[in-house]
Amino acid sequence: MKYIIIFMSLFFLQANSIEPDEMLEDTRLEKIAREIGKELRCLVCQNEDIQNSNADIAKDLRKIVRKKLLNGESKKQIIDYIHSRYGDFVLFSPPIRIDTFGLWLLPIIFFFFLTFLIFRK
Amino acid sequence: MRILFLIFFCFFFFIFYEGLKKDPKEIPSNLISKKIPEFNLKGFNSSEMTNYDLYKSEIKIINFFASWCPPCQIEHEQLMHLSKKNSVFGIAKKNQLDELSSWLKRLGNPYTKIGMDLEGDVSIDWGVYGLPETFIVDEEGIIKYKHVGPIMKRDLKELESVIKNLR
Repeated sequence: MKYIIIFMSLFFLQANSIEPDEMLEDTRLEKIAREIGKELRCLVCQNEDIQNSNADIAKDLRKIVRKKLLNGESKKQIIDYIHSRYGDFVLFSPPIRIDTFGLWLLPIIFFFFLTFLIFRK
Repeated sequence: MRILFLIFFCFFFFIFYEGLKKDPKEIPSNLISKKIPEFNLKGFNSSEMTNYDLYKSEIKIINFFASWCPPCQIEHEQLMHLSKKNSVFGIAKKNQLDELSSWLKRLGNPYTKIGMDLEGDVSIDWGVYGLPETFIVDEEGIIKYKHVGPIMKRDLKELESVIKNLR
């Protein structure tokens, strides 16, 4: 039982890498900062969001998100700023544009193609 | 039907095969062909370093580095070589002045000017996600090229040809 509790605590610790000194006093802004953190991909750990990553760049990005929130910038403005610096890679859901259209369309085409293959007889 | 399947197979094979050749750790810069971001940093060997230092009419190499970063030491020799014919500007990320000073005394100083990015905000503004990273900026302050990771001897040829083409 003891080990299960330790394991579970480790799991919850891992689920959020934000350090106490990073947090904003204003709970409303902190909530928005965490929402933004979950939408941005850590650039060096690839499939982790910046909220859950211990990498230096994720910490720096969390810090800049909070700094900008304190300066009165909106969630969209902050995400747009980081997107402008790091490109589509930093977003978990890439924007729909002509050059990214394939990303959204291919799974649908693939689904219909496979459905057709399975049910054609 | 078989032809359709073959077309699909070839299409996906081509996409995945091309994808295999790419380095997943290298993220293309979103700032290529854009103007350098504005910044104003405390200088290392000067009172300050700003974006205006990078508007001078010449090709510039801007290197993001730190004395605490081991790969930066690996590329240092190559930067010394590049600084013989080019202006190399440095932006030291989260580096203490005294540590940087002794590091440069030991390895040599290839930099025309160094800005101290103590908070790391300027590095984010330039889209830097690891150290070292190097940019080539043209005479009008437009970012033309980015090199991620240490500049090795084998990379010198490419960097020098980019600079030559810009001149």
